[in-house]
Amino acid sequence: MSGLDRFVATFLDLEVGLRYGPQILEGLVTTVGIGLAVVATGLACGLALAVLRAFGMRPVNFLLIQIVDILRALPPLVVVLIIYFGLPSVGVVIPSAVVLWLSLSAILAAFSEEVFWAGITSTPTGQWMAARSTGLSFLQTLCYVILPQAVRVAIPPLTNRTIAITKNTALGSAIGVNEILGQATSAEAFSANATPLLIASVLYVLIFIPLVIASHALERRHAVWRR
Amino acid sequence: MLSADASPSRALLLEARGVRKTYGANEVLKGVDLLVAPGEMVFLIGPSGSGKSTLLRCCNRLEDPSGGSIWVGGVDLLSPKTDINRMRCEVGMVFQSFNLYPHLTALGNVTLALRKAMGKSREEAERIAHANLERVDLADKARAYPGELSGGQQQRVAIARALALEPKILLMDEPTSALDPELVGSVLAVVRGLRKSGMTMVIASHEMRFAREAADRVLFLDGGLVVEDGPPAALFADPKEERTRRFLRDVRY
Repeated sequence: MSGLDRFVATFLDLEVGLRYGPQILEGLVTTVGIGLAVVATGLACGLALAVLRAFGMRPVNFLLIQIVDILRALPPLVVVLIIYFGLPSVGVVIPSAVVLWLSLSAILAAFSEEVFWAGITSTPTGQWMAARSTGLSFLQTLCYVILPQAVRVAIPPLTNRTIAITKNTALGSAIGVNEILGQATSAEAFSANATPLLIASVLYVLIFIPLVIASHALERRHAVWRR
Repeated sequence: MLSADASPSRALLLEARGVRKTYGANEVLKGVDLLVAPGEMVFLIGPSGSGKSTLLRCCNRLEDPSGGSIWVGGVDLLSPKTDINRMRCEVGMVFQSFNLYPHLTALGNVTLALRKAMGKSREEAERIAHANLERVDLADKARAYPGELSGGQQQRVAIARALALEPKILLMDEPTSALDPELVGSVLAVVRGLRKSGMTMVIASHEMRFAREAADRVLFLDGGLVVEDGPPAALFADPKEERTRRFLRDVRY
């Protein structure tokens, strides 16, 4: 067997591909579902936390910063495993897919809070003064003047973070979530062949390349007034 | 013309007395009186750091004074019972660096507070906004973003934004200092128009020529105190205080 033949037999086995393909596609649905849920929950919570931080209540902010820093410092797999093994021992049993969603949402919330907060603090104080001088309240100023600008500043770093964290849905394979990688690794074990992993890679690329392109488009659109 | 002991306060639109402001150990205002009658145009002049901006910001409580009293149209601005957001609609403010909202059009900049602070409908707010943009000669720029406008145009949008709320008094903090020389005229023309329409204004400015020609009264501030207060003719031609004389010589307007 030549090297090329060995490569084809290992990664491009049509028969293995056809047998396990449907199962991996089911995993695709799970990955996309959990991924979308993580993006929505994580970004919404991150924005909410940044807004909470803007109110400047010292004890609240102290606690918030501690939690955010811990979540940013821990490897995502550690967070996933702690919740997966920890919660049942205190009597809370939840499906592993929910554990994955909660862990990654918390991590994305922590990172995006930092990015949103940086956006809020980078907005010139003159914007606050101008808005408040026209009788807008603190919250109105935040919502209509500061956040629209802060979010635009936050978009490039945020898309990178979001993609990086959403890819961690693959960690579900460690706690038995049947997402793409979980399905592919079990198929790989049964078939003793790497073709399922190649299929998984192709699916990941298909999911995330459009996101990367969409993020570029988003950046361009929001760069218009920033000349 | 007003003397410092003018009373009753009914005759005054803005009555700030003994205003003090400290930042830590740094005393920026050391007890300043600013009394403005309806329709008056008062100029604040003085070196940078003399407290002009801080005094203006105290008059709509963007800064909270450390002491003294401020009344606007008979309302105690410093009372905790005063609805400060409502009062700020009555005390317009224009900034040196314009501070337009970059994500909104000129129209959006003017309508925001009309809709959100005053609760007007979009249609009503836009009608008012168009009228005020026309007032500053920018009727054709309603759909332009601040980044597409010159400095002079941006400052006029900022003036329209303040005017749209129908303030009783307009505070201007060095409205022309950030402008290229050839754009200053367009902003001063708008200020002149406001003066004619009877708008009460307090303007911190380095435009000495304009102050001399257009002001009703000029206050010279230095080191957090009003050094001299009088009609421009007297203050510019024959300043009483040595510090005023030195300042006017140094700026060589």
